[in-house]
Amino acid sequence: MSLPLSAITTLAWRNLWRNHRRTLIILAAIVIGVWAMIFMNAMMRGMIDGMVDTGITMLPGHAQVHHRDYLDDPSVVNSIAALSPAAQQALENPDIEAWSARVRVPAIISSERDNRGVILLGVDPAQELGVGFDSTDLLSGRFLESVDDTGLVVGASLLEKLETVSGRRVVLMSQDPDNEVAERGFRIVGVYEADTDAQEERFVYAGRAVVQAMLKMGPEVSEIAIVGNGYRDLGAWLPELRAALTADYQVKDWRELDGYLEMAVNIQDGFVVILAVIIFVVLSFGLVNTMVMAVFERIREIGLMLALGMRPATILSQILLEGLILLSIGLLLGNGLAVLSILPLQSGIDLSGIADAAEMAGMATTLYPVLHINDMLLSSVVVLVLGLLSTLLPAWRASRFDPITALNKN
Amino acid sequence: MASVSCKDLCKTFSQGDTTITGLDKVSLEIERGSFLCLSGPSGSGKTTLLNAIGGLDQPDSGSISIGELRVDQMSKTELAEMRLHSIGFVFQAYNLIPVLSALENVEFVMQVQGVPAGQRRDKAMAILAEVGLAGMEQRLPAQLSGGQQQRVAVARAIVSEPALVLADEPTANLDSKTSAQLMDLFIELNQTRNITFIIATHDTRVMAYCRRLIRMVDGQIVGDDLQEPAAAAEPS
Repeated sequence: MSLPLSAITTLAWRNLWRNHRRTLIILAAIVIGVWAMIFMNAMMRGMIDGMVDTGITMLPGHAQVHHRDYLDDPSVVNSIAALSPAAQQALENPDIEAWSARVRVPAIISSERDNRGVILLGVDPAQELGVGFDSTDLLSGRFLESVDDTGLVVGASLLEKLETVSGRRVVLMSQDPDNEVAERGFRIVGVYEADTDAQEERFVYAGRAVVQAMLKMGPEVSEIAIVGNGYRDLGAWLPELRAALTADYQVKDWRELDGYLEMAVNIQDGFVVILAVIIFVVLSFGLVNTMVMAVFERIREIGLMLALGMRPATILSQILLEGLILLSIGLLLGNGLAVLSILPLQSGIDLSGIADAAEMAGMATTLYPVLHINDMLLSSVVVLVLGLLSTLLPAWRASRFDPITALNKN
Repeated sequence: MASVSCKDLCKTFSQGDTTITGLDKVSLEIERGSFLCLSGPSGSGKTTLLNAIGGLDQPDSGSISIGELRVDQMSKTELAEMRLHSIGFVFQAYNLIPVLSALENVEFVMQVQGVPAGQRRDKAMAILAEVGLAGMEQRLPAQLSGGQQQRVAVARAIVSEPALVLADEPTANLDSKTSAQLMDLFIELNQTRNITFIIATHDTRVMAYCRRLIRMVDGQIVGDDLQEPAAAAEPS
């Protein structure tokens, strides 16, 4: 026969508190371990999300359609003339939040005082606002109003480097399809700020039709940037779009477009596992030690239970239940502590003190910790499953005691 | 059940290079309702015989039967079942579970047996009252005297109405007055419930209570005598 669960639970609970100090110490270790696992994950996830967000904003989009030769030779020659009806239909997938067809060419921008190499983006502002440009980033002036807008929107840092001001004219120079110089004067109508100076210095926005006319390239575009629901799981729309494209065009997701970003995400995923393993190894030593001591102190008692007719499996269950209760309390408190410590930080941690280092890492100057339910579940499952496995050894040993030997232990 | 029969029981133990004889061709018949003592000096084999009868230890050779059950041929699981339902144990060191109250200790065996909560509580309360511990049900073992703890152990041993109680030096840690009270309790339970008592002891005051006295030396039975037990109130 075996004891009912309620009786085993009562025994397990009371045994756990026979040595308050020891139980509280191992409980504190579990709580801190679980908290550290979740907290570090949230910070890491926030950091990587920031890097990826910045990267995706610069790309922009979660995926891009190009002419098959464009990435090797980003000239106007390798443009997208027209998409097939099937590809256009694939862009209407409800999982695609926005897309923007843009002309993107390297150019030189000159003010009356200085000049710089930039990427000239000819955009449809209605499309671009959902993809690569956020109207809240405008520091002064306005964004473009149509594809025919002859104004230019530049980053604040570039404006400073060019030693010019909003409202002045600048000249943009690039190459047309015949490799002839194509140039045009633009008036600066808006100034934006971005997460990084590099971004502000790199991209300038002009009306798409105006850029197409300047480059003598007709209605073609360089790329179609697409934003889906989230960057981690792009969903079914990407393979559908890929299948709908003709051989001249290709679609690549952000991982393919920016290997550095992919590496950053992989590092974060690996970091989660490494952190979990380190914390668990430390925890498991404490847990095994606690349970071995708890069993060692009760050898006679366990011998008595076996002598009275209790099954070894019930002894095993009781010790495992002690471990389970300990782990469950630790997980509950650890998760609670993690939530309480992360939530107040979700409005952002100011990294402006290390802005240069952050920019080098491709991060924004504000870190937003991301408390993800999956990280909490993963940490809890890892601690629970491996913790129970650690408890299994002392529990199994206790269940194998010979009653006579155990009863005669002092 | 509870007539006990042992035939040619042998048991040896190894201690380093030395082999110690625990039981040496021990044969014994015990009738149901008996009240007998196994006496002898330390190392004479009393506890070894008690453990073998109780299924806590297996003999090297020979047979043990309790009623129709061949104890020496049972699996560990069957032995555990037999101990749970048919045998009550009383140990020298009380061996109560320290985190359980007196009542819970007595209920413990019935819990393992699967007796419904209400029934086992009534039974445990009644048996604690019977052993003179009414009002002390909620006390933890640490809050009870040695004699009271041993009474709880006796209550635990008999609460599931076993046919056989094996007591190993039950009075070794008790003063003479408490020992006498315990033996009176054993005699009463033996007479009112027809429980077979086998008591291993080298306390002559305990031996005086027994109708049958088996003396052991070096693992052998060297004496098996019937005697007139001393008056319960005046143990010698």
